[in-house]
Amino acid sequence: MSLLEWFLDPAHWSGADGIPMQIGVHLFYSAVALALSLLFAVPLGIYIGFTGKGEGIVAGIANALRALPTLGLLVLLFLLLSPVVPGQLVYGIPTVIVLVLLAVPPILTGTYAGIQAADTEAVNAARGMGYSQVQILWFVQLPCALPLLLSGVRSSTLQIVSTATVAAYLGLQGLGRFILDGRAQGDFSQMAAGAILLAALALILELAFIAVGRLIVSPGLQRTTRAPRKIVPTTATAAIRLTAS
Amino acid sequence: MTVDWIWSNLPRITELTLNHIGLTVIPTILGLIVALPLGWWAHRSRRSYPAIVGAASLLYTVPSLALFVILPQILGTRILDPINVVVALTVYTISLLVRVVADGLNSVPHETVQAADAMGYRAWQRLVLVELPNAIPVIAAGLRIAVVSNVSILTMAALLGIPQLGTLFTQGFQLRLYVPLVTGILLCVALAIAFDSLIVWLGRLLTPWRQKTVTA
Repeated sequence: MSLLEWFLDPAHWSGADGIPMQIGVHLFYSAVALALSLLFAVPLGIYIGFTGKGEGIVAGIANALRALPTLGLLVLLFLLLSPVVPGQLVYGIPTVIVLVLLAVPPILTGTYAGIQAADTEAVNAARGMGYSQVQILWFVQLPCALPLLLSGVRSSTLQIVSTATVAAYLGLQGLGRFILDGRAQGDFSQMAAGAILLAALALILELAFIAVGRLIVSPGLQRTTRAPRKIVPTTATAAIRLTAS
Repeated sequence: MTVDWIWSNLPRITELTLNHIGLTVIPTILGLIVALPLGWWAHRSRRSYPAIVGAASLLYTVPSLALFVILPQILGTRILDPINVVVALTVYTISLLVRVVADGLNSVPHETVQAADAMGYRAWQRLVLVELPNAIPVIAAGLRIAVVSNVSILTMAALLGIPQLGTLFTQGFQLRLYVPLVTGILLCVALAIAFDSLIVWLGRLLTPWRQKTVTA
């Protein structure tokens, strides 16, 4: 069966293991992991950005986490939890933990870096206008932090969605099913279809984030393509260029 | 038990580690070689900067497992061919480094560039002898992230059966054994630290004029 035939086969578009269902399950795991990461990372990031405490430790941990291989961590958590956790949760919990570990560092870094990058003059102006500390955080620093925070959330979401395929390795559903089952059955159309669906999902999310960023970030902060540093050729350099050529 | 397993599997562990080193180092170097001219182009032509950097970072959004599967269809290789993994990791390295190279070249102080002009350097001499060396700290920082990510991303190829350290993870899962699993994780982390330190060292070696005490 060719790739196109696989996609056109109505049997692959319905039922508990059809394409819409697997995308749904994939997005469900991703959403759970993202929600937990936000719940944990945004308040912590605000605290670090506000107080300036613990920045070095967080940066170190984020680097160390990058070196830890996700697949190894997933299997390790599974082996550790399998005697303790009952039923289906033994597959779900390690998956979500691994995804959260991937997603926390970018959101955390984005949040505290965003808050620290808030224009000091804007903060001072707000203080001068009689804003309380909490009001400054809520109405000045957080909106200013939004672009960096969003870019953290974006890279977290993409990492989660790409990596949620490993859920299938533990036997759960999701888009990884097509890839791993296709591999096991030597069905390359199914494998490629799974890969294309996964890549398409990631690309659509990336584009969606760009669009959302344009919508909710304050127009005053929209970073248009970095104002190019204009090189003004002084008469001296111009003269040298002329003589050199 | 632990030592026994490692001892009796030593040749295989060595082979997997060597595979892992090769499959990380080759794509990182290839990626750097491709990213240098692309980054230079983005640096030179400010109008194409957003397009080049944007396209490069879009490549990074393609999930690794998907890329490992799609590439054989494009390249006409077999699914188990290590070339797929080499190309995939090269693509990720390019995608990370294009922006880094462009920003690194942009970070060279304008006065330095003007001084090179004034000393009569031709454009390519200025690039190779002045701008690139000055951009090394920024490029090295990007290269560290790329190589550490590559060590980790490569293990995903074990899901398709390409032998490298990730194979120890799938083996640990199938046999429900901690020893191969933990051995694999520790070797991965050790490799990541080793490559990271190597790049830091190379970066210092190549920029002897920088003060050693200044660290971020």
